[in-house]
Amino acid sequence: MGTLHTVNKSPFQNQTLLSCLGHTHEGDAVLMIEDGVYGAVTGTAISEALSKMGSDVSLYVLGADLAARGIDAGRMAEGVISVDYEGFVDLSATHDRVQNWL
Amino acid sequence: MSETIKKFLYVNRKAPYGTIYAQESLEVVLIGAAFDQDVSLAFLDDGVFQLTKGQDTKEIGLKNFSATYRALGDYEVTKLYVEKESLEERGLTLDDLQNIEYEDEDDDYAEKSSIRLISRAEMAEVMADQDVVLSF
Amino acid sequence: MKFGIVVSEGPYQHQASDSAYNFVKAALAKGHEVSRVFFYHDGVNVGTRLSIPPQDDRQIQEQWTALGKEHDLDLVICIAAAQRRGLLDENEAKRQGKDADNIAEGFRISGLGQLIEMGIQADRTITFGD
Repeated sequence: MGTLHTVNKSPFQNQTLLSCLGHTHEGDAVLMIEDGVYGAVTGTAISEALSKMGSDVSLYVLGADLAARGIDAGRMAEGVISVDYEGFVDLSATHDRVQNWL
Repeated sequence: MSETIKKFLYVNRKAPYGTIYAQESLEVVLIGAAFDQDVSLAFLDDGVFQLTKGQDTKEIGLKNFSATYRALGDYEVTKLYVEKESLEERGLTLDDLQNIEYEDEDDDYAEKSSIRLISRAEMAEVMADQDVVLSF
Repeated sequence: MKFGIVVSEGPYQHQASDSAYNFVKAALAKGHEVSRVFFYHDGVNVGTRLSIPPQDDRQIQEQWTALGKEHDLDLVICIAAAQRRGLLDENEAKRQGKDADNIAEGFRISGLGQLIEMGIQADRTITFGD
C-alpha cells in the first residue's frame, strides 16, 4: 500500500517537505517528525501548499514531537492525524516501503 | 552473495563538500555493488550538484571524489536518474554535468550514458518502484 | 515484521538517535523484530563509552546498550565511518597502533556490507538522520 514518507525538517528552513509532497502518489502517507512537525501547523505561509499538494495523501504528525515543541493539537492543519511511536511503527508496516526525506 | 534480489534506490539530495553525506553515500554504493542487487541512484534537489563538471577541491583541502561517479559503470551501477526540474531550478542543464558512461555488454560493449534525465513525475515513479530506499 | 534501522546523526547534536531509539522500542513492544541497527555518518558516535552527559540528561549510549542487551539487538557501527571519527574496538586499536579503544558494550564494528545485507533481509528499512 504505497509509500510512507517521513519529513524531519521545518518547511521554513528548507524545501524538503515540498520536495517530498512533489514526489508522492495517491495512497501514500507523509509523517512529519522532529522539526518536521512545524509543517503541520495551520495558518502559516506553507499551509496552503500543504493542503493543495497533500490532498491525495494522508498526512500524519508525530504527537510526541508536537508536544515537545509546545504545539497545541488544536493548531494542526485540517486532516492531519496525530500518531504516537506505535502508530509510526504501524504506518511503516502497513506501507510497502519507507522513504525518509533527510 | 544472496539469493534475494531487491531494488535499492540511493537518494541523493545534498550538495557535495559542505557536508560528508555525498561522499559517504558513494562509499555505500561502491560496497553495495558487490551484492548483485538491482541498484539505482537518484539525484534531485541539491543532489544534482554532486554530478557537475570541473570540481576542483585543491584550495579547500577536501578530497575530490567527483571522478568516482565516472567509475560507477565498472561496478555495474548504470542507472543514475537525474531530475530535470532540479537542474532547471538551479540554472543547470545536462551539459553542466560530467559524462558518466558504461559499457553495455548486451550491445557489443557500446558506450552508453548512465545519466537518465527524467521529470519530477517520473522520479516519483522510480521511487515508488523500489524495495529499499536509502537517503543521504 | 522485520525492521532494519539506520542511525546517521550523532547523539545530542541531533534528535535522530533518540527518534530511532523510541521507534525501535515501540516496534519491539508491538512484537516486531529489529534485525539490526546500523550506525553511519556521525551516528557512529552513539557507540562511544567515553561520553559523559550531564546526569539530568538522557544517557543515549547506555540506553542503546541496555535495549540491545534486553532484546539481543545487533548494534553495528560502520568501520569506515568509525575510523574517520575515532571510534575503535580493541582489535582495531591494536591493528592501527592506537593506544586506546572506546567502543561501548553491546556494539560491534563491521563493514558497510552489513548495511546492504540489512536492507536485503529486513522487510522495511528506516533511516533516522538529517
